[in-house]
Amino acid sequence: MTANTLQTPARPRPRSDQRVLARLRPMLWHVTVLVLLLFLLYPVLWMVGSSFKPTQDIISTLSPWPVHFAGSNYSTGWQGSAGTTFSTYFLNSALVALGAVIGNTASCSITAYAMARLEFRGRALVTGLAVGMLLMPKEVLLIPQYLLFHKLGWVDTDLPLIVPKFLAVDAFFVFLNLQFMRGLPRELDDAAALDGCGPFRTFRYILLPLIRPAMATTAIFTFIWTWNDYFSQLIYLNSPDKQTMPVGLRMFLDATSGSELGPMFAMATVSLAPLFALFVFFQRNLVQGIATTGFKG
Amino acid sequence: MSSPTSTLSTASQQGRGGTAAKKKTDAGRPAKVRRGGRRRTNGAAYLMLSPWILGTVGVLLLPLLYSLYLSFTQYDLLSRPHWVGLQNYREMFTADPRFVHSIWVTVQYVLASAPLKLLTALGVALLLARPRKGQGLYRALFYLPSLLGTSVAIAIVWQGTFDVNGPFNQFLNLFGIKGGAWVSDPSTVRWVIVGLAMWQFGAPMVIFLAGLKQIPAELYEAADVDGAGRWRKFASITLPALSPVILFNLVVEMIGAFQAFTPAQLVGDGQGGPVDSTLFYTLYLYQKAFTEQQMGYAAAMAWVLILGLSVLTGLLFWSSRFWVHYGD
Repeated sequence: MTANTLQTPARPRPRSDQRVLARLRPMLWHVTVLVLLLFLLYPVLWMVGSSFKPTQDIISTLSPWPVHFAGSNYSTGWQGSAGTTFSTYFLNSALVALGAVIGNTASCSITAYAMARLEFRGRALVTGLAVGMLLMPKEVLLIPQYLLFHKLGWVDTDLPLIVPKFLAVDAFFVFLNLQFMRGLPRELDDAAALDGCGPFRTFRYILLPLIRPAMATTAIFTFIWTWNDYFSQLIYLNSPDKQTMPVGLRMFLDATSGSELGPMFAMATVSLAPLFALFVFFQRNLVQGIATTGFKG
Repeated sequence: MSSPTSTLSTASQQGRGGTAAKKKTDAGRPAKVRRGGRRRTNGAAYLMLSPWILGTVGVLLLPLLYSLYLSFTQYDLLSRPHWVGLQNYREMFTADPRFVHSIWVTVQYVLASAPLKLLTALGVALLLARPRKGQGLYRALFYLPSLLGTSVAIAIVWQGTFDVNGPFNQFLNLFGIKGGAWVSDPSTVRWVIVGLAMWQFGAPMVIFLAGLKQIPAELYEAADVDGAGRWRKFASITLPALSPVILFNLVVEMIGAFQAFTPAQLVGDGQGGPVDSTLFYTLYLYQKAFTEQQMGYAAAMAWVLILGLSVLTGLLFWSSRFWVHYGD
């Protein structure tokens, strides 16, 4: 909460002036914010608008609004390049994202529970390591991990993109669940123990229903980040029938070398459509989820 | 750990008496009593942590150590790794001008993008911290670019936006300014990528907002009484109170910026061009590993980045002694 930033005036203003000012400030604020948003979201509007324009109308126009409507961009774009259609890309992306979501929500919640609520030998070390992993640069690990999966014979399958998620390697989400659980009263666990619940039943019947918000945040963000994860999908997936949305989009761009702008923007829009949908339904969770991991003053 | 006051269980008062102490744990051994009457449940804990242990050791730590070994070898994925000692590391700094150049490109990018992103995030957070109607929706909308920004789609759109004939130059035309060829000009393409990073200020913004919420209103009231102006309040209350959050965001953004890959690969020409102006570190590492099949060299590069980032993170934490204030 920031304080009221009205300057104390040197001499008291007449009443009516004050009232007008009090009215004007919020108005001015809304106008400022909306203008900023217009500039900020312009590239997104331009992309969606251009996806309905014939290619020659896209470049050299500022207005996102399609004057000549070209819905055919979507059907043309969907054909993809070199015989692989966007149906394949979309399905593969959905599979990978779904696997990652299930893996992360399951593994990160149970890991966080053990770290937050159970007493065991080496607890400090384990928790310290988990938080330390937050700072581990992910892209750096890609080479050594690639070699591991290469040895296992998993390259060009979905396994390297999904299996690690079941092993709670996304430190960020372990941390998120951990933070959330720390805010829940320990008395719950004590009462459950008194009723004869072991750690497993305590987790299953007491905490699992309570940490749903943290799990929802984990699921949403895992989906979004996996859906957008170009680098790992580029490295691990080689054959055309395994390709996901980001890689497919890049191949489409290369194949048409930027000449088919309309279909290009149409497919870019399709690739972001699931994210728009998630945003509309879960916008509140998104902002709160990030704030949860933030600092406690 | 402060336990929140709760009216949930009346059993808890008795629970602390250690009635649970005689119970068997899941592991089947008599339970040890610890402070607060909680039992040690080693077996159950390790069982629950087993996926994490397997992941941390198998997917993170072991590959990391293996790559340390590889960094002293030549390895093309086909034949066996061939030990060459420090040759990779020597070559990097003495015989590979592209490597040195990629560090330079990346450092410039980090120095430009991280502070600008944080400034934008802080500015918008201050604007949105006012209690106003529709605040939640506004926050979410400002966060939207961060959700979309890392995607290939946005990188392509961004390239189009700053194309010679793209909307950005059309916008400048309205004011009679003639825009340049931002993307194909080696001297400006990096700024286009910095712009894309700035555009995704959502995450630090949300964390700043959470930090602003924590500042006690009494501080501002006291300052009002003392007749402090707007800037004075910002400099003497808001900034110091936010300094732990600034440190957190700075570390996260710095580590993130050093690893930028997708925008460099897509907004540039994918090879680091034009004339190596977008040869970011990770992009060069990727080329070494997957285009030239020099896995040993790439592993050495990865380790140089890890060490470099560790040093820089350490420096940031060390410097925090002088500028970060934790609540009294």
